[in-house]
Amino acid sequence: MENQFFVDSEHLSADALNKKHRLENEPSFRTNHMEYMNGMEIIESDVCSKVIEHMKSYDYNKYTATDVKAALEHEVCTIEDFKALLSPSAKPFLEQMAQKARLETSKHFGNTVYLFTPLYIANYCENYCVYCGFNCYNHIKRMKLSMEQIEKEMEVIADSGMEEILILTGESRTKSDVKYIGEACKLARKYFRMVGLEIYPVNTDEYKYLHECGADYITVFQETYDSDKYETLHLFGYKRVWPYRFDAQERALMGGMRGVAFSALLGLSDFRKDALASALHVYYLQRKYPHAEMSLSCPRLRPIINNDKINPLDVGESELCQVLCAYRIFLPYVGITVSSRESAEFRNGIVKIAATKVSAGVSTGIGDHDSKYNGAETDEVQGDEQFEIDDNRSLNKMYEDMADEGLQPVLNDYLYLLGEYNETV
Amino acid sequence: MNNDKLIIGGHEFNSRFILGSGKYSMKLIEAAVKDAGAEIITLAVRRANTKEQENILDYIPEGITLLPNTSGARNAEEAVRIARLARELGCGNFVKIEIMRDSKYLLPDNQETIKATEILANEGFVVMPYMYPDLNVARDLVNAGAASVMPLASPIGSNKGLATKEFIQILIDEIDVPIIVDAGIGRPSQACEAMEMGAAAIMANTALATAGDLPMMASAFKNAIEAGRKAYLSGLGRVLTRGASASDPLTGFLRD
Repeated sequence: MENQFFVDSEHLSADALNKKHRLENEPSFRTNHMEYMNGMEIIESDVCSKVIEHMKSYDYNKYTATDVKAALEHEVCTIEDFKALLSPSAKPFLEQMAQKARLETSKHFGNTVYLFTPLYIANYCENYCVYCGFNCYNHIKRMKLSMEQIEKEMEVIADSGMEEILILTGESRTKSDVKYIGEACKLARKYFRMVGLEIYPVNTDEYKYLHECGADYITVFQETYDSDKYETLHLFGYKRVWPYRFDAQERALMGGMRGVAFSALLGLSDFRKDALASALHVYYLQRKYPHAEMSLSCPRLRPIINNDKINPLDVGESELCQVLCAYRIFLPYVGITVSSRESAEFRNGIVKIAATKVSAGVSTGIGDHDSKYNGAETDEVQGDEQFEIDDNRSLNKMYEDMADEGLQPVLNDYLYLLGEYNETV
Repeated sequence: MNNDKLIIGGHEFNSRFILGSGKYSMKLIEAAVKDAGAEIITLAVRRANTKEQENILDYIPEGITLLPNTSGARNAEEAVRIARLARELGCGNFVKIEIMRDSKYLLPDNQETIKATEILANEGFVVMPYMYPDLNVARDLVNAGAASVMPLASPIGSNKGLATKEFIQILIDEIDVPIIVDAGIGRPSQACEAMEMGAAAIMANTALATAGDLPMMASAFKNAIEAGRKAYLSGLGRVLTRGASASDPLTGFLRD
């Protein structure tokens, strides 16, 4: 079974529909996804070729139970060991993998679990990514918060006790330009200890500017590392350019950001290959920028407005758990974030094995924190959500639940140091 | 033994166990103070710089000396800024310098650490630098004003024990400020061994934080550190590490 992504809205004009259908059905109508568009910075880097070489040659069916056992016994997990742990042969060893992952997590992170919340400030988008609720052909309520509205949202979130925020936008350079995002970061610095961004990829000088505005962590999801598959899912817009997106984290580090986060969206393509590439993306960038902090996420496809059938296909909870354990064993020092796309039960379990960070008090809509947090009634327009979340626990509830699981919730472990630290080794 | 004090920057301590800060929980702090007898507790300034719910400062008992560290600093300048922030937050004059340009092993950057030590010692801090055990660096640190030197035993959090044993021994033999073994001590027996060698104190965190029974492990560390210290003071440490000295002189046969 494949996901059926294409949904036509009755609100689209005949011209728009015609263009949408041609994008969907005529590959030659689409732009070359490997070609940079105007204004996109090209950097010298060999990270991509190293990652993709491994991914292309990865034949996970050749790994046997013996390889998995050896990987579990090795003190240092090599790339080959990691490949074995991601293979189907590792599935019967899930409990042993979890035990080993738990040990690694506790060596590096003890029993702490970090809490944060996302804040969507705009959902305009210029891209047609077929699985995303924000895609430009999806008929949803669009919105971009004003600075006053952003500040109001931040006050509400800060009042709940949250100290780390992740600011998100849809990917629209025209509606949500870098200056707008920078101003939002400056506001966030007033209310939060740590400000992260999950926005469209930008150039090094723009990352530098955003860092100066207060952002210190950049998250960019590659969605899928298989560029041929990527081409069939990201049909239109800047986001279609696969290599520019791949190098986003490296440009962010060159721009002075302290840390970067990575992920594939599991369920879009071959999840084992995507998991391998995600981890190797971290691995090779860490070797090049050893000072940088790195983290991995592991989102799976979720239903969206106007398409409630989207699902993560062959990536069940066991497969997700296998991926996360393999990540932890291969990269013991990286943060692992598990989002509210997953259920409360899964998140409670996985924080004891591999995850180090969870979101709480989550809304993926725009401008609705006051109504969601405080039950405030509002006549104000709110923007629709990017995807449906599963775990809707508040910060307080999450804090209590994590403590009940024997973990130490941490709201801040961060100092923003705007510095000249921009060294690449 | 009663007069055997640990003296750092003119301050006296009875305990030779220092709690590190990597992993913290309120239970850990309680066990470290009550069961391990810790009088110094490290505190990551980046985590203390919090607003309300879990301000670690609220959980530090009276009479405990705070040792703020500069974790998160990637160079001397950032370490200096964090140390000054610690002083502003009311954490006192002690500072443990941690400068890491490596997020994987968290190995300290010795060169930047020397620079930060000099600046902060000049500003009146009691500076305790975390370092990779290198004799020349240790001498530079002392010349820069370090109140103690804190070599790593093995990579932080690894619980691998005294992987750098020979080099720590050289520091103990050659450096005149207290050598405090920091990072990598996974078991009480390893703490004991470092103390037998003549280390002035042990800093540990993960070994306790990840133990099944926190208070019991804390008390095991206390006993191990005291045992190692006694062994060192009794002269046994020399026997263990350097080979026995004969009770009858080997040169007794010489007739002139």
